[in-house]
Amino acid sequence: MSTQTLTRDIFDVKDLNLWYGEHHALKGINFPIQKKEVTAMIGPSGCGKSTFLKTLNLMNKMIPNVRITGEVNFDGENILNPKTDLVELRKHVGMVFQKGNPFPQSIYDNVAYGPRIHGIKKRTHLDEIVTKALIDVALWDEVKDRLHAPALGLSGGQQQRLCIARALATKPDVLLMDEPTSALDPISTLKIEELILELKEKYTIVIVTHNMQQAARVSDKTAFFLMGELIEVDLTPNIFSMPKDSRTEDYITGRFG
Amino acid sequence: MKRMNTRSNFDNNLKHLKEMLLKMAGISEQAIKDAMLALLNQDLELANRVINGDNAIDDLEQEIHEKALMLIATESPVARDLRRINVALKVSSEVERMGDMAVNIAKSVVHIGEEKYIKEIVDIPQMMEAALEMVTDSITAFYTEDITIAQKCAEKDDAVDNMFGNLVHELMTYIPQNPNSMNQIIQLSFICRFIERIADHSTNIAENVIYQETGKRLNLNK
Repeated sequence: MSTQTLTRDIFDVKDLNLWYGEHHALKGINFPIQKKEVTAMIGPSGCGKSTFLKTLNLMNKMIPNVRITGEVNFDGENILNPKTDLVELRKHVGMVFQKGNPFPQSIYDNVAYGPRIHGIKKRTHLDEIVTKALIDVALWDEVKDRLHAPALGLSGGQQQRLCIARALATKPDVLLMDEPTSALDPISTLKIEELILELKEKYTIVIVTHNMQQAARVSDKTAFFLMGELIEVDLTPNIFSMPKDSRTEDYITGRFG
Repeated sequence: MKRMNTRSNFDNNLKHLKEMLLKMAGISEQAIKDAMLALLNQDLELANRVINGDNAIDDLEQEIHEKALMLIATESPVARDLRRINVALKVSSEVERMGDMAVNIAKSVVHIGEEKYIKEIVDIPQMMEAALEMVTDSITAFYTEDITIAQKCAEKDDAVDNMFGNLVHELMTYIPQNPNSMNQIIQLSFICRFIERIADHSTNIAENVIYQETGKRLNLNK
């Protein structure tokens, strides 16, 4: 899958609908996502933002009774096409979850896991990938002397950064983050936010967050979802100063529940 | 969508902030009226009361600033909420300056003292009434968040500016015949200038109300 396209949109989602059984979870979503930008998705629980995120690397395809229609064009190809190679797709579109979920292996093996699956065996090459990924997530200095220690011995914030390193090790184009700091303390949260701002130099980042200030701090664009609909997407400063839709304003100012 | 009041405490605090400002504006407005009465009646005692009463306005401005900063720190306001607090801070400074103008007028009254006026004081109170109308409009616009009142207020500024120009011009014509009343002529000119500034502060408040409601920054003070 080539990552070179003429447009700046890495994803172009058109008329996306998704049903979990009878439940219509995403309703006619049209949403281009630009390269090397941070796009934040906000909205109340059950609004469809995480479902949308998981559609971008087809994580929800494994859920029974899911039906998806429309187009999710990644780099010019509709990934909803049944011929899509999911392993290849997820190499390009990595994901980080709510809570750091390292494998019960060493720090090194966690980061080397993806590259090994993709056939990289040579030790020196793996060393290089692991080092670079750990440097990229600003974890290298903290773990360089204990690379073979269990990853589960790291703190919550370190575990989350390790998981980001693990996602980066396959050299993805896009990093999907599903509430990546909701289980972290404030300082670890700020470290991840700093990291997001650094990573956007190289990667496209799509982040789901319940923390509105976080969306305002780290993202270039913010999308507001409500009851399966994409209500509004705009530059983040516009969303947090003069949203166009009154429902967006009600949500960001905390005026409905 | 089913609504519940998720920010009633914040809403109450925003309302309280607005009421503090209304109270402050009321004190400033009264100070301006008293300064004008002091001018009309050459009431030096009232003029001194205006001068000494300014501390209350300054204290209220401080209280408003502290409350606004506390709300920013604790409530993380965005969008219209943030503009409301920002505008409250700005309006409080404009109102405080209006209070200062009342003090300045009162000081000029004291400087003139009991010296007989060189002309009948009719035009200056008329100009003051026009400016006070703008003060009332701007504060009403702020309190009711009504941009039509804000626009109406700003439209009146040209009339006050014209009165100012005409009055100062007229006062200058008194100089040749009244060389010994230079101090009075200068002080009366100053008073006209202070009234004109009060109108400008009202226009600034009106601009802030329009910004709060529309997000657009206009310069109505041309």
